[in-house]
Amino acid sequence: MKLITAIIKPFKLEEVKDALSGIGIEGMTVTEVKGFGRQKGHTEIYRGSEYTVDFLPKVKLEVAVADAIVAKAIDTIVAAAKTGKIGDGKIFVSPLEEVIRIRTDERGDTAI
Amino acid sequence: MLSKLLSLRSVLLALGVAATSWCAFGADAPATPSSEERIAALEAYVNNTDPGKALTGVAGPGHNAWMMTSAALVLFMTLPGLALFYGGLVRSKNVLSVLAQCLGIAGLVTILWWAFGYSFVFGKSFSEGGSILGQFLGGTEFLFMKGVGSAPNTDYAYWISHNVFSMYQMMFAIITPALIVGAIAERMKYSAILVFVAIWMVVVYFPLAHMVWGVTGSMNGVWNGDASIRAIDFAGGTVVHMSSGWSALVLCLILGPRIGFLKEKMAPHSMVLCMVGTGILWVGWYGFNAGSALAADGIAANAFTTTTIAAAVAAFVWPMLEWITRGHPSILGFCSGAVGGLVVITPAAGFTDVSGAVIIGLLAGSVPYFACTKLKGWLKYDDALDTFGVHAVGGTMGALVTGFLATTDANANLTGSYATKNGLAALVTDGGLWLEQLKAMGITIAMSVIATIVIAYAIKATIGLRAAPDVERQGLDLSEHGEEGYIY
Repeated sequence: MKLITAIIKPFKLEEVKDALSGIGIEGMTVTEVKGFGRQKGHTEIYRGSEYTVDFLPKVKLEVAVADAIVAKAIDTIVAAAKTGKIGDGKIFVSPLEEVIRIRTDERGDTAI
Repeated sequence: MLSKLLSLRSVLLALGVAATSWCAFGADAPATPSSEERIAALEAYVNNTDPGKALTGVAGPGHNAWMMTSAALVLFMTLPGLALFYGGLVRSKNVLSVLAQCLGIAGLVTILWWAFGYSFVFGKSFSEGGSILGQFLGGTEFLFMKGVGSAPNTDYAYWISHNVFSMYQMMFAIITPALIVGAIAERMKYSAILVFVAIWMVVVYFPLAHMVWGVTGSMNGVWNGDASIRAIDFAGGTVVHMSSGWSALVLCLILGPRIGFLKEKMAPHSMVLCMVGTGILWVGWYGFNAGSALAADGIAANAFTTTTIAAAVAAFVWPMLEWITRGHPSILGFCSGAVGGLVVITPAAGFTDVSGAVIIGLLAGSVPYFACTKLKGWLKYDDALDTFGVHAVGGTMGALVTGFLATTDANANLTGSYATKNGLAALVTDGGLWLEQLKAMGITIAMSVIATIVIAYAIKATIGLRAAPDVERQGLDLSEHGEEGYIY
């Protein structure tokens, strides 16, 4: 099992969610976050005052998946979230030791 | 059927009795006005002139309706117009402090106005016996608004109720100190603001308003035949915008910059609120400028028109300059331009014509723009929301250009009997009015600056001006008012 954490552009969330649903992924967690990578921030000017905004709004998507579909899930996210411009985000994949469904106490793949 | 007839009969009888008693009363009163006098009085209502004895003591419904509307519009400029305009420009931790300052000032100034403010500005008992004091302060006859009823005070207007006139002028007294809030936002202690405003009203606003607008005021060129300075100020370029703007600069210098100024991000927390406030200010300004005609007459109509044109031109010019020099026409640029245009047209609104308004709009969209974006950067004073850049710079420029753009075509009072007596009429037709304007501007700046220095240092030495650093860091909302602006 893997935990896929994707940082994407906020306006791409709906497309990514629909694409993941399309390949049978049934759950995900979404958080509104701020951050920067190579895109860096931007400058805002209010009358004479100039402010550099380093952290840009992004969406963090977390999906737990069985090993069998990790590659497919990653491809799906990349395809749906890509605009080709700087600031499209990143995907982090990490091993997942255990998943437990609280209601039934199921463990492992069946709990995803 | 019978009961209906009986009731009709009783109504007729009652009317008969009423008519008889009215006639009996009329017989004791002075001779009934003739038809000619009654028609002349009605014509006077239409022309906004003296009705003579036929309608003495009666307010004209149309004029009164417009002035009540205007008074409400001017209050609307402060609550919530200015409160939202300023409130949107501060950080979210201080939004309520700005609202509290505007609300507190509205209450405090109203109490002062009722107790003695109105009398000091629009009374005239201090002039009795030719005393010089009357040129600078009104009188004591209206203390606690005694005798200020619904009959017109013909010193100021033939057709609007005295109490409506008083309430209308009070709204100006409320918004003026509220403008100062912009310069000292996010750091001044609430108690210090209230004490400052209370003293400032007595030593700056009340005397200045009397000098410019009181019938015995020394700088009232249009309505005081004995004015020593023949200046004109239609709706408050000197009284409202210069006084608040220059005082704001001095107060923000004495107060010092906000913690983190020029180091931390202090961007507006809601440009949406700022825009909502700007729209309300613009609409409210029709009461401020067109209402300053004190009648629903042709001068009001002209002021309404010039106000619209100047505001719209300036609201367009400012962001276009931003677009050219910086690459973006910003919402704050549109809002600042609109307010700038409204400020600069204020002293001229009822004295200039449409082409004058266009010139004013062009100036208002550009000169305050450079004051806010360049001057402030060079001098590094922390005028948090640009009260000086917009109101002092705009008001000062407006007062001066009014001296060049005033025309009798827009306002015949410029060559009226008072103006002819004191020499204003000649200055308007032959030129030279701008020199009188300069004198009035100098007195306004001197009064504002000197009084603010004295009051501010006195408060600093006693209760202190600034909120404690911890309070300032946490935000004034929670620490001074015990509330948060936004709870998600």
